[in-house]
Amino acid sequence: MAKLRRSMFFTLAILALIFTALISISLGAVKIPLEEIIAVFTGSGGGTNRTIIFNLRLPRVLASALVGLGLSVVGTFFQGLLRNPMADPYVLGISSGAAFGATLAIILGLGLFGLSFAAFVSSLLVVFFVYIISRSGRKISMNTMLLAGIAISAFISALISLLMLLNHEEFNRIIFWTMGGFNITSWNTIAFSAPIILIGSSIMYVFSRDLNVILTGEETAEHLGVNTELVKRIILILGSLVTATCVSIGGIIGFVGLIIPHISRLVVGPDNRILLPFSGLVGATFLIFADTLARFLLRPTEIPIGIITASFGGPFFLYLLIRNKRNKEGM
Amino acid sequence: MSLLKVENLYFSYGKNKVLKGIDFTVYENKMVGIIGGNGSGKSTLLKNISGYLKPDSGSIFIKERNLGDFSIKEKARYIGYVPQEMPYDFEFSSYDVVMMGRMPFLKRFEQEGEEDEKIVREAMEITNTWKFKDKSINALSGGERQRVYIARALAQQAQILLMDEPVSHLDIRYQVEILSLVKELTLKGILVIVVLHDINLASQFCDEIFIMKEGRIMAAGSPKRVLKADKIKAAFDLDVELIHNPVSHIPYVVPTLKKMREFKVI
Repeated sequence: MAKLRRSMFFTLAILALIFTALISISLGAVKIPLEEIIAVFTGSGGGTNRTIIFNLRLPRVLASALVGLGLSVVGTFFQGLLRNPMADPYVLGISSGAAFGATLAIILGLGLFGLSFAAFVSSLLVVFFVYIISRSGRKISMNTMLLAGIAISAFISALISLLMLLNHEEFNRIIFWTMGGFNITSWNTIAFSAPIILIGSSIMYVFSRDLNVILTGEETAEHLGVNTELVKRIILILGSLVTATCVSIGGIIGFVGLIIPHISRLVVGPDNRILLPFSGLVGATFLIFADTLARFLLRPTEIPIGIITASFGGPFFLYLLIRNKRNKEGM
Repeated sequence: MSLLKVENLYFSYGKNKVLKGIDFTVYENKMVGIIGGNGSGKSTLLKNISGYLKPDSGSIFIKERNLGDFSIKEKARYIGYVPQEMPYDFEFSSYDVVMMGRMPFLKRFEQEGEEDEKIVREAMEITNTWKFKDKSINALSGGERQRVYIARALAQQAQILLMDEPVSHLDIRYQVEILSLVKELTLKGILVIVVLHDINLASQFCDEIFIMKEGRIMAAGSPKRVLKADKIKAAFDLDVELIHNPVSHIPYVVPTLKKMREFKVI
């Protein structure tokens, strides 16, 4: 029975993903009807539509799907690992690190590739720094990591503000980048990011049963034969790598890595072996949907995708808090 | 053959020396109770035996094999650990939690099979937890939850069961229920080492008692032999009177009431 329900949820999630992707490809300055899309994919479609789909819309849909999947999977893992429902992929300072690198790149006038690269490298540097701080002997304290991440984020945000103040002619570009978007995706970005995100997520998935046990306490996990320090290290490294990749292609897209794991947990339960792939699917769908809205709502102007995800994520988060409060009061 | 042997064990948290030369050997399956004041090293000793903490010096042998030679997974096939009762923030069902006890026996990509399901069911029936197998672990009462954790240790097929104050937060009925269950397990061939706060519970249920003070085992032996007013005074810095229990013939420890003027209240 449970298995049947599970496969039903997965079927629905995959259908939703395909459906959303098709809609996203169809909508835009030029509307392409469904028959045309199918024709193009089967190789018989017309030239213009073909160009629009393969050069503009498909890379965008794929990029947002990849980023949505990556952020949701990492969010699920970090929430489990840090045993904190507020955790998301950015909690260890990745977002501020990326924003700092991007700000520097914009000020220095580096090109698009330079910008992505700077964001990628500086976010990893920040996580590495947080990791070094939180290590004592052979054990890493997750609480220290969380606090160090918050502290360093605040510090770097101050630096970014200062840089923006000193270079206010670049103010708009910096702000725009930090709110995220897929308006500059190309096949190159996908060729670079897809392997990291997909392989990283798959390797993390291998440790989903271990994460189940870690959820019941690190010490308990060790007593059940889980090498917790090794698992923590692998997940932190891969999670940071995947997040840095996501940020470097889409900017800092908030709330996806926070709310998608929560919604998915409400639907399929806490077992990470099921939760992770489900969360990835839902995240991919959600971000394609958000990107479509971002392109569509204020046509021809594009809204930064961070605004869309946060305007969905903020209220939802409040709902979670209120529900949580009710549950506690009810007891 | 000794089941568990601890030899000249030293352990410190940084500069703080917690265990200062622990020595003991257990030859048969029984219930060993560890009592002692706060900070005397009881839990630290337990975590050294479980292999979670690495001793500074000295060794631990399980069935005459050095614990240092065990892999983390191997250790988990011998030693089960039941933590203090505490609330958790996750929604796994009791069945899922007990199934986690099969982790040490599964290969990385191996799914739980019929054999595992059979073992889990048995463990849950022994602990009388099968009836709420589908309930979330959060929805259980403290005593029920503790029984689920014992079931998990049974699913682990542990031969040594370590329990760190398993009943401190439970009411008297659950305290007796849990300790009776554990006592029964020793008859099924499990060595139980349990840290207890309550001296009288320890004396009622344990075959052997270790009194710890400042990182050493100050006294060890049967409750009758070990529970003496002078020893308890030394370990807890507390004056006690021993009352003979006419039914069990085990000494019952009652603290001597302090006189009012010692507190300078009036």
